[in-house]
Amino acid sequence: MIAHAIFFYFFSVIAVVSAIMVTVSKNTVHSVFFLILDFISISCLFIMIGAEFLGMIMLIVYVGAVAVLFLFVVMMLNVAQQKSQWFVSNASSGHIPVGLLISVIIFFELIIVIGGWKYKPDLFNSEDLKISEDISNTHSLGQVLYTDYIHIFQISGMILLIAMIGAIVLTFRQREGVKKQSYLKQISRERNEGVEVLEVTSNKGVKIDD
Amino acid sequence: MEYLNIIFQESYKILFLLVPVLVSVAMIVWLDRRVWAFVQKRQGPNVVGPFGLLQSLADALKYIFKEIIIPASSNKVIFILAPIITMTLALIAWAVIPFGAEQVLADINVGILYIFAVSSLGVYGIIMGGWASNSKYPFLGAIRSAAQMVSYEVSIGIIIINVLLCVGSLNLNDIVIAQEEIWFVIPLFPMFIIFFISSLAETNRPPFDLPEAEAELVAGYQTEYSGMMYAMFWLGEYANILLMCALGSILFLGGWLSPIDLYPFNLIPGFLWLIFKILFLFILFALVKAIVPRYRYDQLMKLGWKIFLPLSLTYVVLTASYLFYFNLLPTN
Repeated sequence: MIAHAIFFYFFSVIAVVSAIMVTVSKNTVHSVFFLILDFISISCLFIMIGAEFLGMIMLIVYVGAVAVLFLFVVMMLNVAQQKSQWFVSNASSGHIPVGLLISVIIFFELIIVIGGWKYKPDLFNSEDLKISEDISNTHSLGQVLYTDYIHIFQISGMILLIAMIGAIVLTFRQREGVKKQSYLKQISRERNEGVEVLEVTSNKGVKIDD
Repeated sequence: MEYLNIIFQESYKILFLLVPVLVSVAMIVWLDRRVWAFVQKRQGPNVVGPFGLLQSLADALKYIFKEIIIPASSNKVIFILAPIITMTLALIAWAVIPFGAEQVLADINVGILYIFAVSSLGVYGIIMGGWASNSKYPFLGAIRSAAQMVSYEVSIGIIIINVLLCVGSLNLNDIVIAQEEIWFVIPLFPMFIIFFISSLAETNRPPFDLPEAEAELVAGYQTEYSGMMYAMFWLGEYANILLMCALGSILFLGGWLSPIDLYPFNLIPGFLWLIFKILFLFILFALVKAIVPRYRYDQLMKLGWKIFLPLSLTYVVLTASYLFYFNLLPTN
C-alpha cells in the first residue's frame, strides 16, 4: 500500500503543479507542454485506480491528437512571449474578472457534483451496473455502452459528427486559381489530344496557348 | 527489502530487454544500408569488422566524440529534451512486446492500446525539436511530420480495430494465440498492405520521409542537432521502425508462432520466429526505401485521408458483418 500511496502522490503533485504552470508560465508554448504533462499524469492516475482503458484512451485522444493540434495552433500563430504575467500586471486586466467568474462557477459545480455523489449515492443509480471482477474493464465498458446506454452513445456520436461537419463548413473556402491533380485525367490522355500539328509560316511563328 | 527485491528483479529483466534492442538497432542500421546498397549495385559499408558489421559502432563512437552544438537562440531546455523524449518513447514501447508465451516484460490487458498511445506520443519529440531549434527548416519539418503522423495514426488505429474484431482482446499475447489456426495476414491481406504503408509514413521512412526531405528542408527537424543528440534521434527513429515491424508481425504474421506446427519447426524457440518476421518486414522497409521515389506532400495527405481511411473503415464493416453473419465473433 505504501508504494501505491507514493505513486499516487507523485502523479497528483505533478498533475496539480503542471495545471498551475499552464496558467502561470510566460511562454504560450510552454503552457501547452505543461498541459500535456498534466494530461499524462492524469492518465497515470486513471491507470492507478484500475481504469486502464480510460487512461490509454486519454493518452491517445488528448495527448496524441488534441494537444498536438493545440501545439500546432500556438506555434503557427506565433504568439510572442507575453511581456507580463496576468497576476502581476495592472494594465489590460479586463479579462481577469470574467475568468474568475467562470472558474468560481466551475468550482461550485464540481463541489455540488462530488458532494451529491458522496452524500447521496442513490441519486445516480449505480446499482444497475453489473460490475464483475473477472472481466477486464474494457469488456465491462463495452457491455454497458453498447447495451444499456446505446441511445445516449449513438446521440453523442451524432453530436460529434455534426460538430465535425460544422467545423468543415465554417473553414472551407473555395479558392480560385488552385491547380488540382487528377490521376484519371493524366492517365487517360491520348496522343491525339495532347499533340497538335500546326502549320508554321515563316517569320511569323505560332501562338501556343498554355 | 521486499520492494528492493522487486525493483532489482525488474531492472534485471529490463536490462535483458533493452540491451538486445539497442544492439539490434545498431545492426539494423547496418542492414538497412547494405540492402540499400545492394539494390543500387554498390557494396555499402563493408570495411569495419566482418562484412562491415561494426560500422554502426564506429559511427556511434564518432557521434559520442563530436561536440554538441546548442544554437544560441534556441529554447535550450526543450532543445535538449526533444531527442531524449524520442528515444525514451521508442524504447518504452518494447515493454509489452511478447517474445514468447511467457517471455513478456509487462503482460498488460491493454497492450495494443499502450503501443498505440506511445507511438502517438512519438510526434512530440519531433515537434519539440523542430520548434526549439528556432530556425525555419526544422520548424517546417516538424509541422510536416506532426500532420503526417497524426493522419496516418487514424488509419493504423482502424486497422488495429479490424484485428481486434477477430481476437476479442486487447492483450498482445491473446492476439498472437488467436492466430494459431490462421495468420491474420491471409483473411486481412488488404489491411496488411495498408498497415505496412501506413507504418512507413508513421516512422517517416521513404517514400514518406518529407519531414527530413534533404532537397527541400536540409535535414528537417534534425538540422540544428549534432553529436550525441543527433545520434539519439537516429536511434529513436530506428527503434521505432523495429517496433512497427514487431507490431506488424504480431498483428498479422502470428508473432512468436511458428509457421507450421510440425516437428523440426517446433524446436526453434518462439522469439527466434518473431525475430525472423521482424527481419523480413524490415528488409521490405529497406527495399521500399531503395526503390520508391519520394511523395509530394499533398499526395501524402490525399493517400492518408481519402484512400486509406475509407478503405480501412469499409473493411471494418466487412469484417464485422462477416464475423456476425457466420457467428464467428469471439466470445469471452
